[in-house]
Formats: sequence, structure tokens, C-alpha cells
Amino acid sequence: MVENNRGFDWITDKICGIIEGKTPGWWWVCFAVACFVATWTVAGITYLVATGVGVWGHANPVNWAWDIVNFVFWIGIGHAGTLISAILCLLRQKWRTSINRAAEAMTIFAVVCAGIFPVFHVGRVWFAWYLFPIPNSNYIWQNFRSPLEWDVFAVSTYGTVSVLFWYVGLIPDLAILRDRFYKAGNKFRSALYGFFAIGWRGANRHWSNYEMAYLVLAGVSTPLVLSVHTIVAFDFAVSLLPGWHTTILPPYFVAGAIFSGFGMVMTLMLPLRSIFKLEDLITQYHIDCMCKITLATGTIVGYAYSMEFFIAWYGANPYEGFAFINRAFGHYAWAYWIMISCNVITPQFFWFKAVRENTWFVWVLSIFVNVGMWFERFVIIVTSLARDFLPSSWGYYSPSIVEIFTFFGTFGVFSVLFLLFIRFLPIMPMAELKAVTPQGDPHAGHGHH
Amino acid sequence: MAAPSHGVIATFETASDIYYAAQKVRDAGFKCWDCITPCPVHGLDGAMGVRRSKVPHFSLIGGILGFTIGMSMIYFTGAVDYQLIVGGKPLFSPMFAFPVSYELTILLTAFFTIGGMFFLNGLPMHYHPVLKTEHIHRGLDDKFLIVIESRDPKYDSSATAALLESIGGKDVTQIEA
Repeated sequence: MVENNRGFDWITDKICGIIEGKTPGWWWVCFAVACFVATWTVAGITYLVATGVGVWGHANPVNWAWDIVNFVFWIGIGHAGTLISAILCLLRQKWRTSINRAAEAMTIFAVVCAGIFPVFHVGRVWFAWYLFPIPNSNYIWQNFRSPLEWDVFAVSTYGTVSVLFWYVGLIPDLAILRDRFYKAGNKFRSALYGFFAIGWRGANRHWSNYEMAYLVLAGVSTPLVLSVHTIVAFDFAVSLLPGWHTTILPPYFVAGAIFSGFGMVMTLMLPLRSIFKLEDLITQYHIDCMCKITLATGTIVGYAYSMEFFIAWYGANPYEGFAFINRAFGHYAWAYWIMISCNVITPQFFWFKAVRENTWFVWVLSIFVNVGMWFERFVIIVTSLARDFLPSSWGYYSPSIVEIFTFFGTFGVFSVLFLLFIRFLPIMPMAELKAVTPQGDPHAGHGHH
Repeated sequence: MAAPSHGVIATFETASDIYYAAQKVRDAGFKCWDCITPCPVHGLDGAMGVRRSKVPHFSLIGGILGFTIGMSMIYFTGAVDYQLIVGGKPLFSPMFAFPVSYELTILLTAFFTIGGMFFLNGLPMHYHPVLKTEHIHRGLDDKFLIVIESRDPKYDSSATAALLESIGGKDVTQIEA
């Protein structure tokens, strides 16, 4: 799991060294660019709040467009983080340890970006608190029959539990940083990390409760991550629109979410690995595992695409049949074929060992996965709405410039948060890494009982 | 009489050393003592005689509470406080109330699990005698420590220190209270 038989102190020095060292020049350059890009979102949203939701390109019949596409896209990206931290923990996949911290950070930041879109799509954002059952003078409660209301609870629970899970994992590492900054004479940062380390002292009686709590959190995060994208899929599947009203949507959305999330994990981790020289911690074995999960989920997604077509034909519903023919050959055929090439063809390269061992190529493919999964949501949402039951109301949707900038700006928001994370927090869980080395095993060399 | 002492601390080099040392301290009959390790060591709970964690009890309470709150909130708002027929559907059904109750189950389970872990561990506790020692730095980094506290009935400053040395402890030191 850790190459070159690295010791505990090497792991501590390596991970803490990233935080303690001088801020590298590239970090400032990236941070400045990310801040600039993030201003697009800020500007776009400010303009929207000042003017009205009409500044986005939605119009009848396409009342959900880029905003919901972007929401589902970002939420989906988050899912790989929870999969790595929770499901792989339950399955005792030890290779998760070197990527789980960064992947969980990615989850949280992706949920932040996702939340922006539905909140501002409500138009009068100062009423967004109506989404929660807070008693108000209008004496009106939420409609709990609506999947959109389920989504409010799903996404806010997901964000909260992801933060809690991430924080619990951070506690032992924050304690190490507290002590190291204290020794180095940096009282301020020692106090700051120490505050969040809540006095952790590595006692085994604490570890015993800690490990149990971590296991329970992994146990509840697993059904959580599966339910969140299921409920996101319900937003569509519970409606009556052809192309949306299908039972395959929840599992297909979950597989797609994990597929896109692993794409994003690789997009982020491969550069980090090379910049910080982490090849001993993120080994070729880790990259192989991630590529294989991407291949598996990408193939599931490909299967779902073909099964949708089959059922549309087999179900003999003319509206459903039209919706799918229209997706592949109608006005939005360009988006459909981008989706198919990125999501179905791209991952098939991962069958080959030579591809998985070429880091540059893997990185480029991971970008294609991200692009493809954005287009998947675009195809599902926009093509179905643009051609609904009545030909008289058909339309063609194009995004407005405000929408385009708001969306691309979220990559800046995400990057700002991620850059702050790699600068100020340990990017790998040191305690968990140590636990999977031979030195962490009391029976190493004596055979296992 | 010496200055009041929190206990005595000793350093061990490897996970294997502390595993066998912990068994000996346990067999010597100490109760108020602990091992300090940079990572959870597999099997150390057994070697120390630590019982299975009680955190899941808290989790269960949180889960039951979350589900109950979800179901009763939706029942109260839709079927009692403001009855509004939407789409000719019943005012309350556990079917449509399920997704929200399910999410609240998970949310409160998570909060109770972490709260329970903090409670059982007595955290946050920013001041602790062990945190003042020179040893703790290595104990979180790459060494393994055993602390035997002076409040243990079997504690005797010189005899306990001798015991830790005899089972392979290095750098045996008294901790200031």
C-alpha cells in the first residue's frame, strides 16, 4: 500500500511538510486564477438577484436547464468521495486511505457548488428558507409529497454528514499539526489546529470509540450516498414526462454519479501526486483501482443508455419512443453523441494496462469523463423538456451569457476551496496510512492470528 | 513527599512491543492506564482488556429519533396543522414521508454517533497532563507510549516505573499533574 517501506515518521513529515513549507509559487498563480474565475459566479449571481431569474436562458417549455444540469453534475461528482470514504471502508479496501481525505474534501466543495444552482433558481433567493419546515406567518407547510422537497433533505443531509465524516477523520491529524506547530514556535497556528483537534491525544481507549464511530459513520454514509442520487433521480422519474418517467433512472444516476466522481478524483489527484511527489503513497496500484472502477461504472452507464432505448421501444409508448429517437437524432443529437463518446467509449481504454500506466493519458481521459457526464444531464433534462407532448409548445433552449459565466465560475469556486484545502489541511489521513503499513501491525512478521 | 504526579509514561518502539507490553500491564491488574499510539493498532483493545465500544448505542438512539421526528413532523404539518389536499392524494402516507424520514434518520444517527464518541472519550479536553509531556509528540508521530495514572489503586511511583522498564519501556518518566 505504501511503497519503499516508508516509516511512520516519513509519512508524518511528508504530509505535514506540505503544510509547513513555504507557499509554492504555482499555488499563488493557481489561486489567483481560481479567484478570478470564481468572480464570474459571484457576478452572475449578483446580476441575477438584482434583475430576476429571467437573465438565465430558461423559457417555456425548457424551465429546467443549465441550473439543474449543473446541480446534478456537481452533486454527482461528490459521490465518489463518499464512495471512497464509506463504501470502500466497509469493504475493507485499504487502498482508499491515501485518496479518501482529498476525495471527501472534493465531495464537500462539490456540494457547495451544487447548492448554488437550485437556491438561486428559486428566483427570489431571500425566500429560499421556505424550503425548510420553519413555522412562518403564512401558516403554510412544505409539500412533502414532492420529490423536490425530498431533495432538500437529501442534499442538506448529504452536505452535513460529509462535513462531519471529514472532520472526524481530520481530528488525529490536526492533533499532530497542533504539536508540530507548537514545537516550531508557531503559537497561533498551534492554537488554531489545537482548537479543532479538541485535545486529541491518541489514547487507545479513545481510538476504540473513534474507530467504532468511524465505522458507524461509514455504515450510514453508504445508504446516504445511494439515497441522495436516487432522490435526485426521483426529481425526474416521479414526473410524467417521456424520457424522465422511467424506473431505471435511480440506479443509472447512482452509477453515473460514481463514474463522474472518479473522473474528478483522478483529475485532481494525478496532478497532486506529481506536484507533491506522492508516488509512494498514491501508487500505480491506486491508479489501477480507480481506472477499473471508472471502467465498471462507465460500462453500467453505457448499459443503461442502451436499456433505455430498448424499453422505450419494447414499452410501445409512442411518446416515450419519440423522446429517445429525438435524443439521438433530433436537434440535440450533437449533445447526445458527445455524451456517448465520452461516457461509453472513453472508459473502454481502461481495459488496457498500458493505458492505465500512462498517467497523462489517464488524466486526459478523466477530463472526458467529466465532460461526458455533464452532457448526460444536459441530454436527459433539456431534450425531454424541449419536445414534450404538444408540438405547439416545442422550443429550443440555449444558455444565456449569464448562465455560462455562472457555471464556469463554479469551477473557480471549487478550485479556490480545494487550493485552500491542500495548503492548510493534511491531504492524506496520516493515522489511517500508518495503520495499513507493516509497522502498524503488531503481528507483522509473526504471521497473522 | 514528591510533587503530585499524574502518572508515569514509557516509550515503546514498535506496534508489536506495545501489544505484548499492554498484555503485561493488563495482567498486572491496572485499571487507569492507556496506550498512546499514532494510529489504531489492530488487536490492542483485546491486549488492554478494553471492552467493545458503546458508541453504537448512541447511534441507535439517534436513528430512532430521526425517523420518528421525520414521520411525525410530516404527519403533523400535513394531516393535523394545515390540511391541504394536493392532487387528490391522502393527507398522510408513510410512503411519501419515507424519503425525508430516511434522510433524517441518517442525519441524527451521524450527529449522535459523533456526539456519543466525544462524550465517551471526554472530548473536547484541551488541557491534559499527557499533552504537556515531551513524549506525546512522538506518540502521535511514530512511537508507542504507555501511561499508567497515579489514581490507579495499584499505582506506586517507583514500582510502577520499574514494571514499565521491565517490560521493555524506554525513557520512563513521571508526568506532572
